Amino acid sequence: MKNHFELFGLTPAYALDTAKLDSAYRDIQARIHPDKFAHAGDAERRASMQMATQVNEAYRTLKSPVRRAVYVLELNGIDAAFETDTAMPKDFLMQQMEFRERLEEAKNSSDLDFIKKSLLEQKGEIQRLITEQIDSRKNFQDARPLVRKLMFFDRLAEEIDEAYESL
Amino acid sequence: MALFQICEPGESPEPHQRKLAVGIDLGTTNSLVATVRSGSATVLSDAQGRVLLPSIVRYLPGGKTEVGYAAQAHQADDPKNTIASVKRCMGRGLKDVTHAENAPYDFIDAPGMVKLKTAAGAKSPVEVSAEILKILRSRAELALGGGLTGAVITVPAYFDDAQRQATKDAAKLAGLNVLRLLNEPTAAAIAYGLDNAAEGVYAVFDLGGGTFDISILRLSKGVFEVVATNGDSALGGDDWDQRVFCWIVEEAKLPPLEAGDMRLLLVKAREAREYLTSHGEARITARLSGGDVIDVILDTETFCRITAHLVQKTVGPARRALRDAGLAVEDVKGVVMVGGATRMPQIQRAAAELFRRDPLNNLDPDKVVALGAAIQANVLAGNQPLDGDWLLLDVIPLSLGIETMGGLAERIVPRNTTIPCAKAQEFTTFKDGQTGMSVHVVQGERELVSDCRSLARFELKGIPPMVAGAARVRVTFEVDADGLLSVSAKEKTTGAEAFVTVRPSYGLGDADIERMLRDSYQHAREDMHARALNEHRVDAQRLIDAVRGGLQEDGSLLSTGEVKSIEEKVQNLENLLRGNNAKAIKQSSDALNKATEEFAARRMDASVRRALTGRNLSSLDA
Repeated sequence: MKNHFELFGLTPAYALDTAKLDSAYRDIQARIHPDKFAHAGDAERRASMQMATQVNEAYRTLKSPVRRAVYVLELNGIDAAFETDTAMPKDFLMQQMEFRERLEEAKNSSDLDFIKKSLLEQKGEIQRLITEQIDSRKNFQDARPLVRKLMFFDRLAEEIDEAYESL
Repeated sequence: MALFQICEPGESPEPHQRKLAVGIDLGTTNSLVATVRSGSATVLSDAQGRVLLPSIVRYLPGGKTEVGYAAQAHQADDPKNTIASVKRCMGRGLKDVTHAENAPYDFIDAPGMVKLKTAAGAKSPVEVSAEILKILRSRAELALGGGLTGAVITVPAYFDDAQRQATKDAAKLAGLNVLRLLNEPTAAAIAYGLDNAAEGVYAVFDLGGGTFDISILRLSKGVFEVVATNGDSALGGDDWDQRVFCWIVEEAKLPPLEAGDMRLLLVKAREAREYLTSHGEARITARLSGGDVIDVILDTETFCRITAHLVQKTVGPARRALRDAGLAVEDVKGVVMVGGATRMPQIQRAAAELFRRDPLNNLDPDKVVALGAAIQANVLAGNQPLDGDWLLLDVIPLSLGIETMGGLAERIVPRNTTIPCAKAQEFTTFKDGQTGMSVHVVQGERELVSDCRSLARFELKGIPPMVAGAARVRVTFEVDADGLLSVSAKEKTTGAEAFVTVRPSYGLGDADIERMLRDSYQHAREDMHARALNEHRVDAQRLIDAVRGGLQEDGSLLSTGEVKSIEEKVQNLENLLRGNNAKAIKQSSDALNKATEEFAARRMDASVRRALTGRNLSSLDA
């Protein structure tokens, strides 16, 4: 079976041409989606369902910066199951706690907008570092802790969304 | 050597054999049926020229039914046997039916789904809906002059698995072949998008009689991609009517009402709500059964005040949908308004305020869903698509997961995942020597299982005894293109595999439906046989056409021997089609299906390759 990148005719890398991914995804779906086989035989309907499922999963993985990073590491033999290792650098954890304190104190949506903006900046920086380690230096081991940080930021982004909700 | 018919791609080999397919909007208040003919989508009307069919069914003693306007006329004088807004009960237990206390029916709390006590016995909402669908089916067959290949039935995007399954069961009961369950806002987007050649991000704001959906779609070069959907499957025009009803009761200081009066006032409340759309005030008059006369005036200001909290209920889902889509209000190019209840000026204002732009109202909000469904049905039946080739990518509205220790829901497929999809997760045993595991499938966004909807429970047995935590149970969720779920579980550490597949079913099992179908035929036996033979034949012919088309297009993917073996099986099936042996036709079809599995898989791979090559070529051209 082809890996997610090959499926869309892309070279495995962290940096991604999203426009190319989007159009490859749509072009493939336009040919293999179950709607195109609704009047076909069982065998073809099943094959189309399986292929569409695989294409959807591949697209979802590559589209998300965190899932894509985990996947690239996996392709390079780095265990992406992070559950066993919970240690994070102290300064990073401090920074996370600060974010959460600010989140708790936020009173209105412009407070949240502000927190979100600084979060996005930090995320952007981490992603830049991940690109450097994975794509330029092929240093997958050193990319791993960065990817873990990205996961923390993602969780934080979710909490910000929940905070908007409870305003 | 086999001979093939030559035809243009996308055209069926026998163009005169155009498949009859319809789209059905099974609404809370009204239902409609539409089809594509002479190159455009149209709604079909009844003998009196009426396109809307009120979604009301009246049961008479002895089992006869009246549906639509005929039933509507008896709402007040036969309230307990005249069922309206049954869609609100689909796939719902009694505790989940909103305003049950203000509905004039005798509910029976049955496991899985409520039932309604009528003069013709206890009826499940599935059966009531099937009566509505039967009328629409015969309307369509009469108008189109033949049996239907299939139908696309629309459901609110925010319907959960139980409500979807119930809708599919109702269609089956009405003798309809369901080509697809289609989300209502998505259907509207298809009709709107194709009509206006729209490109970019659109929101569909769909407030019907009983449900509210908000969907965000990206329209790009013929691809309709649903990015996020949200809503409230218990919010609709009915709730506005309920508020007006309560207001009348308070205003006129009425004592507790009997069922007929209750229904009468609900009808009056709805009329007043509709009147207020284009008037400043509405006079509500009624004579109750006890002789009391009601005469009150409801003005717009009061109406807006008593329903403000309902308008407010649309805001949260709309914001959540945008956030899930990762988009801002400015990204939305247009807001398409769907559903009769969006005619209310305060809803128009709310949508305009939310999206900071005037909503689009250039389509009939009552018809647009049925039209979109008809356009989709036309494609799925294998007819030449309207407006060229286009594709729909839809999502599941609610997260799916299973119960873990401590009554917590573990999410396996998150909401807004594009369908079809499959997700697997591994779980383990927590006791030494544990040989069984109970899997509880739930749907919803909340952390506690008790706050989610329970879809199914099943036992995985035959796990080899091991120490706690050693077994590896892989639970796989698969959601098909209708948004319906199947779950399987497998234990695989010791090579021993246990396997269970669950397809949740609500209130009605397959056997129940078969029995009801049988009951509805007078000459049960012959009809069942004739029906089975006919179904197998249609399926077999479709299969032969598909395989021949495939060989013609992609025969080069097979060796000469493989082609020969498939052609023999086609020939065999074709010979059997000349006879009347239903069982042999079925068996031969199954054999042909099996023999073409590998071919189908190779064709899919080839399609993917072609999609990419095509793209590279066109980007070179640019």
